[in-house]
Amino acid sequence: MSGVGQGNAGVAAPPAAWVASTREPGLLAAFWGRLRARPSAVVGLVVVGALMLMAALADVVAPYDPTATDWGNVRGAPSLAHPFGGDEVGRDVLSRIVYGARASLGAGLVSVLLAVSLGLPIGLVAGYAGGLVDGAIMRLTDALLAIPFLILAIALAAFLGPSLTNAMLAIGLSATSTFVRLTRAQVQAVAAEEFVEAARSVGNPPWRIALVHILPNIVPAILVQATLTIAAAIIAEASLSFLGLGQQPPEPSWGAMLNVAKNFMDQAPWMAIWPGLSIFVAVLAFNLLGDGLRDALDPRQRT
Amino acid sequence: MTGSTTRPPLLDVSDLAVSFDTEGGAVHAVNGVSYTLAEGETLGIVGESGSGKSVHVLAMLGLIPRPPGRVTRGKVWFGGRDLLALPERDLRRVRGGEIGFVFQDPMSSLNPGMSVAAQIVEPLRIHLGLDQRAARARARDLLDLVRIPNTKGRLDQYPHEFSGGQRQRVMIAIGLACRPKLLIADEATTALDVTVQAEIVALVQELRREIGMAIIWITHDLGVVAGISDTVQVMYAGRILERGPVDALFRDPRNAYTLGLLRSLPDLSRGRAGRKRLQQIDGAPPDMRTPPPGDPFAPRNAYATPRCRAEMPPLSQAPGAAPGHLVAAWYDLPALLTREAAQQGHTP
Amino acid sequence: MLRFLAQRLTLAVPTLVLASMIIFALQQLLPGDTATALSGEERDPEVIAFIRQKYHLDQPLPVRYAYWAGGVLKGDLGESIRLQKPVSELVIEKLPVTLELACLAMLVALALGVPMGILSAVKRGTFADTLANGIALWGLSVPNFWLGILMILLFSVHLGWLPASGYVPPSESLVDNLKAMAMPAFVLGNAIAAVMMRHTRAAMLGVLGSDYVRTARAKGVAPLRLILRHALPNAAIPIITLGALEFGQLLSGAVLTEQIFSVPGFGKLMVDAVFNRDFATVQGVVICTAATYIALNLAADLLSAAVNPKLRRA
Repeated sequence: MSGVGQGNAGVAAPPAAWVASTREPGLLAAFWGRLRARPSAVVGLVVVGALMLMAALADVVAPYDPTATDWGNVRGAPSLAHPFGGDEVGRDVLSRIVYGARASLGAGLVSVLLAVSLGLPIGLVAGYAGGLVDGAIMRLTDALLAIPFLILAIALAAFLGPSLTNAMLAIGLSATSTFVRLTRAQVQAVAAEEFVEAARSVGNPPWRIALVHILPNIVPAILVQATLTIAAAIIAEASLSFLGLGQQPPEPSWGAMLNVAKNFMDQAPWMAIWPGLSIFVAVLAFNLLGDGLRDALDPRQRT
Repeated sequence: MTGSTTRPPLLDVSDLAVSFDTEGGAVHAVNGVSYTLAEGETLGIVGESGSGKSVHVLAMLGLIPRPPGRVTRGKVWFGGRDLLALPERDLRRVRGGEIGFVFQDPMSSLNPGMSVAAQIVEPLRIHLGLDQRAARARARDLLDLVRIPNTKGRLDQYPHEFSGGQRQRVMIAIGLACRPKLLIADEATTALDVTVQAEIVALVQELRREIGMAIIWITHDLGVVAGISDTVQVMYAGRILERGPVDALFRDPRNAYTLGLLRSLPDLSRGRAGRKRLQQIDGAPPDMRTPPPGDPFAPRNAYATPRCRAEMPPLSQAPGAAPGHLVAAWYDLPALLTREAAQQGHTP
Repeated sequence: MLRFLAQRLTLAVPTLVLASMIIFALQQLLPGDTATALSGEERDPEVIAFIRQKYHLDQPLPVRYAYWAGGVLKGDLGESIRLQKPVSELVIEKLPVTLELACLAMLVALALGVPMGILSAVKRGTFADTLANGIALWGLSVPNFWLGILMILLFSVHLGWLPASGYVPPSESLVDNLKAMAMPAFVLGNAIAAVMMRHTRAAMLGVLGSDYVRTARAKGVAPLRLILRHALPNAAIPIITLGALEFGQLLSGAVLTEQIFSVPGFGKLMVDAVFNRDFATVQGVVICTAATYIALNLAADLLSAAVNPKLRRA
């Protein structure tokens, strides 16, 4: 295949040079300063924070029980009592949006955590061991990347059975190869740096070089990719739920809400607008944050 | 210098200043550069990277990226017009037409996706209005001119199919395509092997005799300049520190920086016993975001006086030197060197 | 060029073989007895026995894979339990629809993304650049099934300009076909356009800052020619290589887009198969998708070799 398969756009693997520079003291502060200097990144950070808070405090924030039906509010238009209106069985759309954040953000975080915790060690081994091991791992990721992300996730969800947990599992496994490849590329770049050569020459064992000298230097690149992959994972979870392969009713999920809403588009458009907007805002926020992190971590790549 | 003084110079640069806006503040790359160039004259401009030697000629022709680059003041008279005041459209007629360019790295300076013929034909069609057939025939003549063998078969090849020296010959063919009055060679031999360098220098000298254009040869290598120039100009931190006829400047340097550059050159003409240890110039060039108020070389100069650090000396005729040998220095270098030699004589 | 092609092909074959193993291994994820699970909603012991025999379920996994892969090579993708039809027949029936959708979407993506990327690179730092980047960010962040719903709401429900769903084969009426495909193609192409814009911008910025573009400017080349003749052809190589990776996104997105607009393609076939527990069809669709993806990437490699003189002459 033609090279690296990084799911997200514009994520060129950062050059190795700045990697060494992040070791200098005070650079964390400088990084924070650069991040804060980018208004879009700050907006992303604030929105991500707010959404997480909303998900965590859903019990407090949501005005109603998200699964409680109210026959007086069936496809009810937005009102003071129900600002986002009611759904097809009279549940409060606002409350379902608030609780739905749990499924969306949870799926995004859990699946990326899974992908990183699988991909990072495998990529570390591939990049550091080289040779046959590396070759075998690369062919395997090639093969996995040849099956488009969502198709693989759908297939996995199909065989595992539809549930939110299985959706997370499917998304996480599908995203793993991206992290394997990114880690491997970063490790190879860093391993060629002089300070690693120096560490090797004074007799550090390979595991120590990998964990102490290389790993800390590739964390920034992984962090950027992870943030951007959370955005992709949120869309993927919503997609699976939209197809009915994620969160199962009556539990709320933005994707599943859209699936029902498309049948009532002309009578109750608010059922479609709010969940879609929520997905959009969450994904946008993670994308803004990821772009900002990338630029802040690597000032030379800035446009 | 060639040409009589009554004729106006081909190029008249006056008080040119260029800066680049960066996050850390404006970098003052060129700080008031003035000189003239006669028709047919070859001027060698010497300096280390960051001296402003390349930037100032690129800025003259609108070739620095803008932003962040900016010409902050000055005039550049060429053919009766101020190039800095010309609209981009008129400046394009000058670039590649009356003024040709040869850049440093012929690998990266030629378009990898275009055949050599297409790249040579381009200025011919733009500036001379030739049709494709005529331009192609002319391109072949140009490859002959720069001594590339078997030109017929090579016109439709791509840059990667040429050797480094041949690519630089192609660059020269492009630079000379429209018979310019001025050829600017920006580190034209820096990226080449030493033997190839000599070939290219010889080629340019021959072509100069054939075509008669003026040349500005920009380099960090005094050795190249010695062989090719009528006049040499030494630049440092965006200023001219010394300028004069090539023999006079080499024989009788008046600025400590020029002296430093000369002393860092190996002199192979002397016997092994007569050779001196090569010297290097200690220290680093100043931060051009906050240029020092006085002579920018003063901090690295053992001969500097307090006045050097406080006030920039003007570029003026060096006392007792050849006519046209200008220097910017508050100190009298020949006198200082004589005293030094005398002291060393007493304490061997 | 031929050597390059051979090299790419030798990489593609093991990739496809490994991918097929992964897809085959998915069966193992089925809970409980495989034959029972594969029989779908049916619980007829005869059917289960038939499946056990047909898929050699009493044999060890590698042997089963060999049987299955041998069948796939002969064009036998198994039997759709639900539709009582060979999966290969279903695939041949649906593949052209999805390919048409994917091609139209790629066209939309290129037509929007590449000019926008060029513009924002050339006008870097201006309002146009900011705007183009904002549009790209929107394209990357808007879920395409939501965009589809909103477009149906606007163009079908309110304005009545375009059909909300349905598919007309181009052989029947090309105009109606394109009318039906307009919204799906735009929805699907939208996200890819954003990616293309970013790739184009980055590649163009790199090329515009190159020495040879400076040489061209020093020759007096006018801006339009500078962009189209000197910069774009050199930027095309990374745009094609990186753009090819988006075919996966394209095929993934097609599943959702087909679902929203009821386009009877690959995606719809797969989703229906998932709900009917028609696993042979799921596997068949996935392996064909992987093969399509690999083939599209090979095509992109060939294209990038064709625009790269170094490879063209090799």
